Amino acid sequence: MHRQWMMYFTNWQEGLNEAINMKQLFIFIKKEFYHVFRDPKTMLMLFGLPIAQIILFGFALTNEIKNAEILIIDNAQDVSSRAIIKKMASTQTFKISAASVNAQSIEAEFRKGRVKMAVVFPSNFHSDLLHTNTASMQVIGDATDPNTATTLTSFVNTIVQSYQKELLPNAKLPFTIMPEVRMLYNPQLIGATNFVPGVMALVLMLVCVLMTSVSIVREKEKGTMEVLLVSPVNPFLVIISKAIPYFFLSLVNLAVILLMSINMLNMPMNGSVLLLFLESGLLILTSLSLGLLISNVTNSQETAMLISLMGMLIPTLLFTGFMFPIENMPLPLQVISNVVPSKWYYIIVKSIMVKGLGFASIWKETLILSGMTVFLLVLSFKKFKIRLE
Amino acid sequence: MRTLRFLLIKEFKQIFRNKALLPLIVALPLVQLVIMPLAADYEVKNINIAIVDHDKSSYSNSLISKITASGYFKLSYFGDSYQQAFKDIEQDKADLILEIPANFERDLVKEGNQKLLIAINAINGTKANLGGAYLANIIGNFNYAVILEWIQLPRFNNSPVIDVASSNWFNPTLDYAFFMVPGILAFLVTMVGAYMCSLNIVKEKEVGTIEQINVTPIKKIHFILGKLIPFWIIAVLMFTIGLFGIGRIIYGIIPMGSIALLYSYLSLYLVAILGFGLLLSTYSQTQQQAMSIAFFFMMIFLLMSGLFTSIDSMPMWAQWIAKFNPVTYFIEVMRMIVLKGSRFTDIQNHFVIMLGFAVFFNGWAILNYRKTN
Repeated sequence: MHRQWMMYFTNWQEGLNEAINMKQLFIFIKKEFYHVFRDPKTMLMLFGLPIAQIILFGFALTNEIKNAEILIIDNAQDVSSRAIIKKMASTQTFKISAASVNAQSIEAEFRKGRVKMAVVFPSNFHSDLLHTNTASMQVIGDATDPNTATTLTSFVNTIVQSYQKELLPNAKLPFTIMPEVRMLYNPQLIGATNFVPGVMALVLMLVCVLMTSVSIVREKEKGTMEVLLVSPVNPFLVIISKAIPYFFLSLVNLAVILLMSINMLNMPMNGSVLLLFLESGLLILTSLSLGLLISNVTNSQETAMLISLMGMLIPTLLFTGFMFPIENMPLPLQVISNVVPSKWYYIIVKSIMVKGLGFASIWKETLILSGMTVFLLVLSFKKFKIRLE
Repeated sequence: MRTLRFLLIKEFKQIFRNKALLPLIVALPLVQLVIMPLAADYEVKNINIAIVDHDKSSYSNSLISKITASGYFKLSYFGDSYQQAFKDIEQDKADLILEIPANFERDLVKEGNQKLLIAINAINGTKANLGGAYLANIIGNFNYAVILEWIQLPRFNNSPVIDVASSNWFNPTLDYAFFMVPGILAFLVTMVGAYMCSLNIVKEKEVGTIEQINVTPIKKIHFILGKLIPFWIIAVLMFTIGLFGIGRIIYGIIPMGSIALLYSYLSLYLVAILGFGLLLSTYSQTQQQAMSIAFFFMMIFLLMSGLFTSIDSMPMWAQWIAKFNPVTYFIEVMRMIVLKGSRFTDIQNHFVIMLGFAVFFNGWAILNYRKTN
């Protein structure tokens, strides 16, 4: 029994020695670098464009609702209705459009798609308010987009309430509670604070998965894999060396993305840059391992690309959690979101860049990402076929 | 015509032969269509609140029970240390902190006013705003109850009240899936069409079989049609399954508008988007190149199309990019016809623009496609 174990051990040790044959590894990595550099078009796409995307989406994406076109049907045309309209026009939220339409045409306007909400003032609005102390107005939202509809409706409510208060300037009630609101981390409520970490996670992960997902399957498809398999090289070396060039290039990519987001998008950098770099390196490793796994289990580039782009784009986007909060999702989806590496990375980036936290508060996320990496790597070694079919 | 028929037979044989690919083409998008709309919901339900109560009076207790009973908030921390509550914010266990100062009840009654501190994690602006608004609302109601307790308000309230009657058309239950399903379906159809089409052609280049086609008397136009038609059919089939199978049965979405109008727009859109795929393929030599170019454009198509975030809120230059994104128009038309029942006159501009895209992409692709290198 004991001898058998010893045998396994020595075998394993020999295997390891073979695996860490540095010269071989070096040659293989060199080969992979040639593969990458030989194709400048792909290089440009995969490394230049993520940078462009960070900038583009960092500036363009926002959850805020601005410039929503609303239709005002003012049958009253009096002091009160004008005052409320003026208040609405002064915000960035609304873009007020021609007020000359009658009530019947609201639906037609909605069907054309531009108008998001209609506000109708009845005739005698001001005199009703003056004489009976109550007046009613109507707000009709195009609820095909429920978020926009509810947000706009509540904005109108707020505006109307503040107008109501203006009518009674001196009515100050006793026993008032005054909530003092402090917006932590992002006092101006800038969209980029949320979207830049999210897009970083999304882009870094997808680019890394995409690149490695074709690496092995391409050799299979072209038949060059046979050559590698009959060579005396350890098959693990073949896999590892596939990922290394992309790993280094992704780090370069990351540095540029970080510089851009801090300098151009005014992202805060409250924590340690070194820590962020290490964590990003970890995400890159995780993603590369995932790509290698996809490459190992598929048998054509087309299939690999289908899985890594078509299968992963929308799920990664949504499960990273920067678009829609994950805790709003149904429970099964919350569970699924845990297997998406970018979700954990997104938490890490927010913690380091925005909240300025140290390793102590993100060790759990780091551990999860490391676990994923090991799991994916082991699985892709297992799935790696050293025999031809 | 005969040539085209043979080419189509060849394409379909190739597609059906690949046993790994076909289920993926069908299943990947459809599974996503089933699952992803559930994940896309802005409705903020479970806001985690950390409450720091330095007062521990009957007032603070009743305020806290009002907050926890409201259904919007989940209590993540309750105690008397702001530091501890702030830790919860740092670890994302809490979204906001409510700090009730010591002597809250006494000062409120004696001095007539009192402060409450609300600190909100504002990294996600929407959630911050909503959470703050809900909380302010509850505090306002609580405050009103306190006032009523102490003073008799005049029987006839003489402050003017404006009653805002709000109604939500087209989607009165405010179901977010109604908004997302048509949009996500539109995007998935786009991916299948453009991506598969361009990969397919580049594959022939990479494998070398395109040379064999190039030396035959097959005309350029036949080859291109032979590639476009199969993917056009697959995309239409998938759209149909998505709209009637998943949209109708799982999400209960019944198109309000004309199905014929929807399908005629889809047909035109697919011509445009397949032309785009064709164009991509003429610029790439390997599948990896095609994929990386497609990745770039798919990201832009996805995020600049108004699918998840509204285009109107973007800065002006970004709105212009969205205007040059064909997916924007298709998603808009989908939502308009399916949810609002828009008619042809409402979307005629969309037709004209899409026709422009179709002519532009296909024209460019055909010009750029060479039978000889």
